Amino acid sequence: RQVNECKSVVQCFLLFHPLYLQMRFLLLFSRQGKLRLQKWFTPLTDREKKKVIRDMMMLVLARQPRSCNFLQWRDLKIVYKRYASLYFCAGLEDKDNELLALEVLHRYVELLDKYFGNVCELDIIFNFEKAYFILDEFLMGGEILETSKLAVGVSLEEADTLQEVY
Amino acid sequence: MPAPIRLRELIRTIRTARTQAEEREMIQKECAAIRSSFREEDNTYRCRNVAKLLYMHMLGYPAHFGQLECLKLIASQKFTDKRIGYLGAMLLLDERQDVHLLMTNCIKNDLNHSTQYVQGLALCTLGCMGSSEMCRDLAGEVEKLLKTSNSYLRKKAALCAVHVIRKVPELMEMFLPATKNLLSEKNHGVLHTSVVLLTEMCERSPDMLAHFRKLVPQLVRILKNLIMSGYSPEHDVSGISDPFLQVRILRLLRILGKGDDDSSEAMNDILAQVATNTETSKNVGNAILYETVLTIMDIKSESGLRVLAINILGRFLLNNDKNIRYVALTSLLKTVQTDHNAVQRHRSTIVDCLKDLDVSIKRRAMELSFALVNGNNIRGMMKELLYFLDSCDPEFKADCASGVFLAAEKYAPSKRWHIDTIMRVLTTAGSYVRDDSVPNLIQLITNSVEMHAYTVQRLYKALLDDISQQPLVQVASWCIGEYGDLLVSGQCEEEEPIQVTEDEVLDVLEGLLVSNLSTPVTRGYALTAIMKLSTRFTSVNRIKKVVSIYGSSIDVELQQRAVEYNALFKKYDHMRPALLERMPIMEKTASNGPTEIVQTNGEAEPSVVEAKHPPPVTQPTNQANDLLDLLGGNDVVPVIQTTVPAKPASAGGELLDLLGDLSLSGGPAPAPATSVPSSQPAFLLDGLTSPPLFNDIAAAGIPPMTAYNKNGLKIDFTFERANPNPNIAVITIHASNSTEADMTDFVFQAAVPKTFQLQLLSPSSNVVPALNQGTVTQVIRVLNPQKQQLRMRIKLTYTHKGSAVQDLAEVNNFPPQSWQ
Repeated sequence: RQVNECKSVVQCFLLFHPLYLQMRFLLLFSRQGKLRLQKWFTPLTDREKKKVIRDMMMLVLARQPRSCNFLQWRDLKIVYKRYASLYFCAGLEDKDNELLALEVLHRYVELLDKYFGNVCELDIIFNFEKAYFILDEFLMGGEILETSKLAVGVSLEEADTLQEVY
Repeated sequence: MPAPIRLRELIRTIRTARTQAEEREMIQKECAAIRSSFREEDNTYRCRNVAKLLYMHMLGYPAHFGQLECLKLIASQKFTDKRIGYLGAMLLLDERQDVHLLMTNCIKNDLNHSTQYVQGLALCTLGCMGSSEMCRDLAGEVEKLLKTSNSYLRKKAALCAVHVIRKVPELMEMFLPATKNLLSEKNHGVLHTSVVLLTEMCERSPDMLAHFRKLVPQLVRILKNLIMSGYSPEHDVSGISDPFLQVRILRLLRILGKGDDDSSEAMNDILAQVATNTETSKNVGNAILYETVLTIMDIKSESGLRVLAINILGRFLLNNDKNIRYVALTSLLKTVQTDHNAVQRHRSTIVDCLKDLDVSIKRRAMELSFALVNGNNIRGMMKELLYFLDSCDPEFKADCASGVFLAAEKYAPSKRWHIDTIMRVLTTAGSYVRDDSVPNLIQLITNSVEMHAYTVQRLYKALLDDISQQPLVQVASWCIGEYGDLLVSGQCEEEEPIQVTEDEVLDVLEGLLVSNLSTPVTRGYALTAIMKLSTRFTSVNRIKKVVSIYGSSIDVELQQRAVEYNALFKKYDHMRPALLERMPIMEKTASNGPTEIVQTNGEAEPSVVEAKHPPPVTQPTNQANDLLDLLGGNDVVPVIQTTVPAKPASAGGELLDLLGDLSLSGGPAPAPATSVPSSQPAFLLDGLTSPPLFNDIAAAGIPPMTAYNKNGLKIDFTFERANPNPNIAVITIHASNSTEADMTDFVFQAAVPKTFQLQLLSPSSNVVPALNQGTVTQVIRVLNPQKQQLRMRIKLTYTHKGSAVQDLAEVNNFPPQSWQ
């Protein structure tokens, strides 16, 4: 079992080793530590994912209210922001622009807000699959896909019309 | 079978659970229902069931039994099915499982679907989690879509291509043609993803980088348009037009301009423009400024531009927004090596950030402060940093303490200042100091010879106050053990010497031994210190008592020490003063302080716990004396006629080194050996376990020789090579007696020139029987690293027919093979 632990730590390190990726993961979780969305931009095992989620919740939920939105974890920069009862938490590579990452998180919230109309945590709980669809029109592989709010909105609307009633 | 419950209803139900157990029960029930529904191959509700499964997966429950169902959904014709199916694939599958390869065909079909949103789903999934095999299979399709005029598909294809390149870098070439007119697009989505694709290619291949440098003017133009253009509602963020695209272009420019004069010059103006014109009231403007600064610092910008960049960072430091301050400190930390002087100008602001309330900022400020310390500002900086150390959170203390030690070592203006700084750290943050600091500090203290009295006095006083901080206690015990004599004699020059008696000192050290606060390592230090004082103090009896008490300690480490020290008092009292004398100045192996202290007298001890002193030069015993006299002194080294090693060592090689350095005591006096017999070098064990046989002559093919033949005593030498080490020759002597009377009390001795080393093992007997009825054999091992010609002087003593016979001879006729 110790061997497996070592292996997974090594793998984790290898996977977090600087590639040229921008964002490694994006997590949404509540103040009570409930996960609401998880998007992974690198392949990790379930065990590794759980470890990351645990660590992120532990670090972020322990932060003082008026702290700065950045912290260091392993070799990654962690950017987080609280919107009402939800924490948006992204893991970035060392060379990434944290200030812009805050803008990225904000843009995602704006997109959610436009889609759901005054979005709140419950919307994301009951329509989690939609939250993923919105995210997938905005980011791909950790990079921004579309910088226009309008364009993203249009795509979502049109795609929704294709949905058969079920 | 009733229709499976809807997703929202399930979510609602699960949320009513009041305990974890209740939730688990609901989940299990629903999973069972879903499983049976899957078994029935129900097409209608598959989508609903998988969606529910994904929800339960997010709560942390296993959902792997839904993996194949996702594949079935993907293969369905319904858009809703595909949407959930692809989402499920991205959440439940990963490239490690073989099952994901089954998706490849579906994705291929969907990439060619008539509906762009289906194509989009396929591109998204491939671009998020496609394995190398999938990427290889489908790269062609992606490349095709990269050339389409449909901007929705083009932007997705671009990021998908980025993923393909990351997975299979060799495929990068095939995307090159498609990049031709990517930058002439008007659509920002396509522009942005194109810049990302170009960046990826340039970062991976120097050839691509060179190829794309020609795009610099075009990129500069696009950036300029973004800045100068009027308000565009679609792309506006707080008055700035498409900041995401601006930042991405700045980053690509950084890569293209790095190390290239022409490109750097071409972008100089636009960088200056962005740096001066960007609105800084909101985060978004500062994000752009930040990226601009990073670009300026990386390319070959003119000095004016660099100063501008550093000043922007300096302004960031004063910004109210914590995030901006944090980012400034991080960037300054990156540039402090290259633009040291420029950063120094902001030193006072940086030091102020040490007092910031935010933890992340404090940490960055601390790191940057240490980077800014130099010979000129050491006193001032150290004052601030020590003040920080006093008041900071425990999470910082270890790093700060290490940083202070390093800085002090590099830039200490005086030894007294250095010792005082160390003392301050030990007394204020003593429990947080890293374990490896202890040996480093000890080494430092040893080297400050004139400060010994002052140091030990201060450490003693610190111990009187507080014995809870282990690193402090360990260093203090060590010093008191070493310099206790200076302490009681009141010799301190630097400050008022304190009056302390031997008993008081011993009280303190004994107190450490019994205190609950002391760790086993600390106790070891204390015991050794007490022992050392036996040669520095007069109250030896008290020390003897303490040592003998610990001979029955439960702690094995302590017990062993005590037993050995006891032995020192009893059997080896004559060696005690030499063993416990003052430590020599220690050489440091590296400035960053490995945990080992390498002692100059050859014995390396890897642990923090103090090493034993090796036995110093003592007078040789009688036998060796005789030989020296006989052989006329200086050019030969007497042999150790013993099978016990003179000192413990961890490897055969080291033993040989030691033998070379010291004149050897020929007698059987072992040092207080810390090692167990099994750690004896192979050198000896080889000799002991492979007794020489007369029949081994031809083993190494070296011819035997007669070394001595006189008065009926004949001594032959036979040779073989020691197996692991070709520099060692193993000689077996065979002594035979052709006279009618036995030769009794036969002793064979040998000496070799200084460049050799020789070891004589026990003889088979000391009676050489008469009339060649038997031989006495003995093994000699000769180390000849310099491959010099072997010479030997031998001395033979025996009793023959009642009278003592003694003879000397030189042996020069060694066959060349024995020493070449």
